[in-house]
Amino acid sequence: MDHPLLVSYLRWIVLFPLIGAIINGVFGAMLQKRFGKKAISIVACSVIGLAFIFALRAFFHLVSVEPEQRYLLDSVLRWIHIGSLQVDIAFAVDPLSGIMILIVAGIGGLIHVYSIGYMRDDEAYWRFFAYLNLFSAAMLTLVLADNLLLMFVGWEGVGLCSYGLIGFWYKEHENTTAGNKAFIVNRIGDAGFTLGVFIIFWSLAESGHGTVIFRDLSHTIHYLEGQMVWGLPAATLAALCLFVGAAGKSAQIPLYVWLPDAMAGPTPVSALIHAATMVTAGVYMMARMHFLFSLSPVALGVVATVGALTALFAATIGLAQFDIKKVLAYSTVSQLGYMVLGIGVGAYGAAIFHLMTHAFFKACLFLGSGSVIHAMGDEQDMRKMGGLREKMPLTFWTFLISTFAIAGIPPLAGFFSKDEILWQTFSGGHQFLWLLGFAAAAMTAFYMFRQVFMVFFGENRADEHTQEHLHESPPVMTYPLVVLALGAVFAGFLGVPIALGGSNIFEQWLAPVFAGGHAGPAVQHHIEATEYILMAASVGIAAAGIFLAYLMYYRRSVSPDIFTAVGGGVPYRAVFNKYYIDELYHATAVRGTLAFSWLSLNFDRYVIDFIVNGVAKVTARVGWAVGRFDDWIIDGLVNALADVTFGIGNRLRQVQTGNLSIYLYVIVGAVAAAQFLPRIPVEVLLPVIMLFVALVVVIGIALWLATRRIPWRLMFTKEGVSQLR
Amino acid sequence: MDGLLLDIGLRHFLFVSLAVFVLGLYCVLTRKNAIGILLGIELILNSANINYIAFSHFSSGGYDGQIFAIFVIMLAAAEAVIGLAIVLGIYQNFSSIDIEAVDSLQG
Repeated sequence: MDHPLLVSYLRWIVLFPLIGAIINGVFGAMLQKRFGKKAISIVACSVIGLAFIFALRAFFHLVSVEPEQRYLLDSVLRWIHIGSLQVDIAFAVDPLSGIMILIVAGIGGLIHVYSIGYMRDDEAYWRFFAYLNLFSAAMLTLVLADNLLLMFVGWEGVGLCSYGLIGFWYKEHENTTAGNKAFIVNRIGDAGFTLGVFIIFWSLAESGHGTVIFRDLSHTIHYLEGQMVWGLPAATLAALCLFVGAAGKSAQIPLYVWLPDAMAGPTPVSALIHAATMVTAGVYMMARMHFLFSLSPVALGVVATVGALTALFAATIGLAQFDIKKVLAYSTVSQLGYMVLGIGVGAYGAAIFHLMTHAFFKACLFLGSGSVIHAMGDEQDMRKMGGLREKMPLTFWTFLISTFAIAGIPPLAGFFSKDEILWQTFSGGHQFLWLLGFAAAAMTAFYMFRQVFMVFFGENRADEHTQEHLHESPPVMTYPLVVLALGAVFAGFLGVPIALGGSNIFEQWLAPVFAGGHAGPAVQHHIEATEYILMAASVGIAAAGIFLAYLMYYRRSVSPDIFTAVGGGVPYRAVFNKYYIDELYHATAVRGTLAFSWLSLNFDRYVIDFIVNGVAKVTARVGWAVGRFDDWIIDGLVNALADVTFGIGNRLRQVQTGNLSIYLYVIVGAVAAAQFLPRIPVEVLLPVIMLFVALVVVIGIALWLATRRIPWRLMFTKEGVSQLR
Repeated sequence: MDGLLLDIGLRHFLFVSLAVFVLGLYCVLTRKNAIGILLGIELILNSANINYIAFSHFSSGGYDGQIFAIFVIMLAAAEAVIGLAIVLGIYQNFSSIDIEAVDSLQG
């Protein structure tokens, strides 16, 4: 194993945004009041800018060394060292995470800048930027982590920030519900992630190679082969568990439902978290663990199938949405499906390539839609838009470019990356999955252009008040759009396939990372004819989709009714209502949970409480009996003793008359008696003395009974004693 | 004279002593006046003195009895002093020397 290059600056990529989050989170309210919102945005944007600079430094450091040496390691702290579990807080950059930090810090930085304009009028400006910084720190931790556990820390961190930002406008119940939904659905995925980590570590530890560090895992993962967990191959089970985590985070069937609802958050959040970065974490994680997935063809098959189905399924829902952000949300789910499909067919490089290009054009689309929403006075229904082309030219052009990119029109970025995935799917022998992806590509082109035509062309359908206030967004919002649109145009050239005369720099760059594992479907250049045909087909189908959208929503020569009327409108209603998946989940998972909680409540209330109350009652009864025994028998004896003592004392004290004469008489009498007693025989004396004592006792008792202070009624109670006082 | 004296034996002295003792005891028991009681005590002490002297005289030699008698006289003087002091104290507190009035310690 060649040694990683040890550096000590990678930590700053994470620490800068974290510092920004702390400053804005702790002192934000004070800063905003004292120095205005400008101070907040300066802090937030400068820390992400610094992180980007360090990310660039790391990237160029990688570029400057030999491909096989491209692994920078910054071990910051010892963390968990228990037995064979050796985990440090360590950050690593290899070609894969090098790309990711540039995306996260770069696009994240642009969205920070955009947010300055978008959130300008929001009261909780500081809170927004604190979350945004914290998110950046968590996301960078996720991609920089050199082991699964630290990755999980970032994984949970981004989930937390996502929750906080979806429910950012928490005064509306709907938003907080969406936040809860995202958080809870992600918990299901996280359970899968942790189980996967446990299985990997546990199974490897049995063969003495327990580790969670990616670099070591890539060398020891083959020990999983042949191991069984719960009667299943360990590698398959671990890969599937990790995929459950990825499906939660990257919004795949069946856990995608949170992502469309997550659009309740501010639009920059949708762009940053729910399009460009966080949702790609699942794809990144699977690419990072590619050596595990490569061990299990079954898991790969599941991943590929789920990815392709998600791509198509989400695309069909996207066809019938009217909320500008919901369309983009389903489009994101669909594009994530492509990436997962890429992972599933072993085209890891292509998946990451699509991740990157998608980050550009989808962030641009979201920010563009944010710009539109801003101009429309928070209106999100596309039926009330239209004709915005002249009012907002910059937004329009950047949006249009990105739409072309996502539709897969050459030579824009989306074409290269999506086609790479489709081509590798086809050439890997998954023709049916290719067909699903191909159909989804047609739908993508259609619904994206449907959106463009509805929003930017035709008559404006908003009310007059809104129309008067239509305006292009300020430069702080449009410049990021321009930069992202440039990315959407040019990012694709990094991965021009060899078939088109390129050299696919991107694949070569990632080659050291993915070389160790499964080779993937070796790009078969000898059937280039097929590749050209497929390319032409996907461009053609995209163009067809665009043309159909043009006819329906620009020319209006074809009525959308031909879709809505199909099969008596049943398919349309199903799609419009998102296949009733939310309703289904509500009826099963949510209702089930509620029913179970109701059962638990009643079990608690009627069974547990009954037992507890019964025990308490029995104890109380026993305590009462013991109390009576104490009051009557114990206290009675004590009271009687006290009363007897008192009575005797009371009698005896009267002997003390204080009269000297009597004392003297007694003395004289006693002395006189003392003269005579010894002369009396003991046989006579003893009975006399006993008789005397008995007489004294009898008289004493008689006197006590006559002069009792405690009445019988109270003799055996606590009050009795007080009678003595 | 001699004969006359010889007629008086130990027994006579003891009778005198007994008489004085009984008188003293009676005085102590019956008096309500504290000073009267003190006087009674003096009588009792002196009856004891008579006994000492008498036994000393009629027993074989030694001056033990006479010395004891001197001790008793001295003791009686001291006792009288203390007794009178107590009586004065009682008087100051109760404005009376009637012992029946002094019953603060009555049970």
